[in-house]
Amino acid sequence: MEYSKMTLKELREALDKDEVTSEELFQEANKLAHQYQEEYNPFVTIIDKYKMKKKKDTIITGIPYALKDNISTSNILTTASSNILKDYIPVFDATVYKKLKEAGGVLVGKTVLDELAMGGTGTTGHTGIVYNPWDKTREIGGSSAGSAAAVALGIVPFAIGSDTGDSIRKPAAFGGVVGFKPTYGLISRYGLFAFASSLDHVGCFARSVYDIAVVTNIIKGYDPHDMTSLKDDGKDLTETLDNSIKGRKIFYIKEICDRSQYDKEKDKTVLEVLDNFYELLDKMKENGFIVEEVSIDQDLLAAIYPTYMCISCAEATSNNANLTGIQFGPRGEGNTVLEIMFDARTKGFSELIKRRFVLGSYILQKENQEKLYLNACRIRRLIVDKMNELFKTYDGMILPCSGGAAPHFNEATDQLSERYLLMENHMAIGNFGGFPSITLPSGFIDHCPIGINLTGKVKEDDVVLNMAYQIEKITGLKGMKAGDERCMK
Amino acid sequence: MYEVVIGLEVHCELDTKSKNFSSARNEYTHIPNINVAPVDLGLPGILPVVNEEACRKALKTAMALHCTTPDEVIFDRKNYFYADLPKGYQITQMTKPMGRNGYLDIMVDGKTKRILIHQLHLEEDTASLDHYNTYSLIDYNRSGIPLMEIVTEPCISSAEEAVTFLEDLRDVFLFCGVSEAKSDKGQMRCDVNISLKKKGETKLGTKVEMKNINAFNSVKAAILYEIKRQSALLDEGKEVVQETRRIDEDGKTYSMREKVDAIDYKYYVEPNIPPVKLTDAYKEELEKSIPMLKLDRFEKYIKEYHLSEYDAQVLSKNRDIADYFEEVLSYGSDIELAVNFVTTSVLSSLNKLEIGLDEFFITPKMLSGIIDYVHKGKISLDHGKKIMYQAIEKKKDPVEIIEESSLSQIDDDQVLLDYIKAVFSENPEQLRQYLEEDNQYVVNFFMGKVMQKSNRQANPNRTLDLIKQQLEERKKEYEGK
Repeated sequence: MEYSKMTLKELREALDKDEVTSEELFQEANKLAHQYQEEYNPFVTIIDKYKMKKKKDTIITGIPYALKDNISTSNILTTASSNILKDYIPVFDATVYKKLKEAGGVLVGKTVLDELAMGGTGTTGHTGIVYNPWDKTREIGGSSAGSAAAVALGIVPFAIGSDTGDSIRKPAAFGGVVGFKPTYGLISRYGLFAFASSLDHVGCFARSVYDIAVVTNIIKGYDPHDMTSLKDDGKDLTETLDNSIKGRKIFYIKEICDRSQYDKEKDKTVLEVLDNFYELLDKMKENGFIVEEVSIDQDLLAAIYPTYMCISCAEATSNNANLTGIQFGPRGEGNTVLEIMFDARTKGFSELIKRRFVLGSYILQKENQEKLYLNACRIRRLIVDKMNELFKTYDGMILPCSGGAAPHFNEATDQLSERYLLMENHMAIGNFGGFPSITLPSGFIDHCPIGINLTGKVKEDDVVLNMAYQIEKITGLKGMKAGDERCMK
Repeated sequence: MYEVVIGLEVHCELDTKSKNFSSARNEYTHIPNINVAPVDLGLPGILPVVNEEACRKALKTAMALHCTTPDEVIFDRKNYFYADLPKGYQITQMTKPMGRNGYLDIMVDGKTKRILIHQLHLEEDTASLDHYNTYSLIDYNRSGIPLMEIVTEPCISSAEEAVTFLEDLRDVFLFCGVSEAKSDKGQMRCDVNISLKKKGETKLGTKVEMKNINAFNSVKAAILYEIKRQSALLDEGKEVVQETRRIDEDGKTYSMREKVDAIDYKYYVEPNIPPVKLTDAYKEELEKSIPMLKLDRFEKYIKEYHLSEYDAQVLSKNRDIADYFEEVLSYGSDIELAVNFVTTSVLSSLNKLEIGLDEFFITPKMLSGIIDYVHKGKISLDHGKKIMYQAIEKKKDPVEIIEESSLSQIDDDQVLLDYIKAVFSENPEQLRQYLEEDNQYVVNFFMGKVMQKSNRQANPNRTLDLIKQQLEERKKEYEGK
């Protein structure tokens, strides 16, 4: 049996039929992790000893998985892929890790991220670049780069990530896997190294929507350690997956998807993405979805990226102010406390991170706060209000995840047109409003996967997963791993 | 001469079981770093969980200080780097503090002065630092302890007012049961802002700040020293420098750092704590739990109970005593006797036994029982007090003692009349003097005889009435003959 091709559901069946043991699955995953590590670099830490300490039997009992390295695991190195935390061993477990452990999940490794989860390329971690398993000349995207790669490589059937702008959903699209960020508060953030608390979500990667529902069932729930976590809704997300979607209404945004705004030569891949997108929409309509185009104020859409940058940098500056080398981390040098902190932070962070901190600090300064930070908060509100208004009529929003397959490492990203920027950055809407949002594969460009994103109403994670499950049936792109023959079509 | 303008920033650690945003214990200890949770160390991934009790106590204090309270509780982050601040920010309140625009009336030189409160907010304490020659030690026990900050308007005009305000504010904390407010444990600390201006001048002078003064005496010393220092500078035509000064044990102040630009703390709303609405019902319930404050009680005792200023002061000074006294009155006890008992016997017993009212055997109900007997004239005041001491010693209800003991009075008219008749027949001469010469003094003579005969157990008031009544009757008989 080639377990790396199997979904969580299939592995469960194999375990239940005693075709394989949990330990064998772990050894296989561990072998693959080491095998792929040099080539693709998905892991900061690979765990070599099988350890399973379940408190109850669940669907994931005995199944290997990976955790993003910004999730606190006691006694296991957790670096957030930053030099300032390169030797940090936590003393407490994140709630998500605790739940997975108690459910019998078997941890295979801690995965590489863009330093401190800030970035979308998978290239800025302190242990190096993560490569796209479908094409080593391309990025996998970030920040949950290693988790996406580990699932795309078939090392594990599922992995945990975090998503502040699109950090799960973007790399999922580039990796040809499913990535889900549920409603804000559905999964506790306790133990997730904070980037931007009001936007941060814990979520997961898997190779099917069903597996996503299974994992989300395990890790969701109220947590007394997280005041923003939601009361338990008692929903089993797998139960409603196969509900009929007849009459479900979905919209897409004209200002992002209208082909006439793109240039046939310069925006060739964007148009290919849109071909794939409209083809899918047609099939969805045939299957009972109602799909409509809506128009949203161009200025509001153009404000998504700057709004995201303002809020996330501001919160990040403050959230990472604990990294001073005083309580933990490499101790800096200097004659005063402030000099010591200054030195530790100067050496501990990469230039990109410092740039974000300086931006965040500038945005929060008294003289700028009203104009930059508070206005960004207001625009966030306007965008969320607009979405909620649309969600009165529609069950969800569907859009392409990006204007092409994963970018090549040498692609200059600063020459993109403004319209292209919209196509690349709209998924932050899901973080602004805490909306449940899922990415799933929809096709291929140059034999590399592209994805669509489906976003729904707050607390309607079940509806979003139900629709995604039906769309997955339509695309037929379930259970993919890198190099899947379907990419050759 | 100059006018002194003082504003105070008072920090008070709240008395709660756990810290403001973590489950670590809030407890004073000499052993460093034992009351510490990951949250208090600012470890990556921690999230704050608000201590509801701390919010309740801060709100209660805000209400007791007549502040307007917010419609919802939210917190803000105050961002700055220092070794005692593990998260790199302090969770505090800026947008909607627990209280705004309140006041506390204080009494200075027999006059009431209203000290205006600018705001009261809830925040977390920092870790404590011990500095040595080449290194410093950090104790995180204090990190995250709920801390209430009260900022006055610059309306205090003397060291005496400042100290009286601090003392009365501490009483408010004690009366409301929100903090032990012990300055020697650093539970109550104070920053003093002081400036001088020429009499009549409207513009404020340059402000000097003195930080973290624990003892009230030191506050007084620092203010007096600063008044002298700044006056001397102004007299010489020199300028006062805007700066932060610290106070030494000798009561002198020394420059710590000149204030160039105020630090920008980059406040913004704490995203990990969702706003909690404060309902009217919650506020009303809390309002009801606020006891009457010292000065209010003082005034009430004088106005309603007609106590002397001295007694009113003694009784209102301490909340436990005041509550005890008021509970005694609540049973309908005679006010004058209640004052007498509480200010003398009760207080001296507490002193002698070195205990607080919580350990005191005589409950207000018991005391009211004794007072009742004295008030009805059934026992004398002296005996009442003796009974109280006996009750403490025997740990027995004083009323039972009165009823059982030989000290109890003879109230039965028939028994008293037997005594009176016997005394009359034994002393015919005195009876004659009354009947024939109308000598009123013999009343006291008979009274004395009855008391003697009854072993002083005859109810004196009733006996006197009966003697008078009997003499009247005999007189009528005599005159009718």
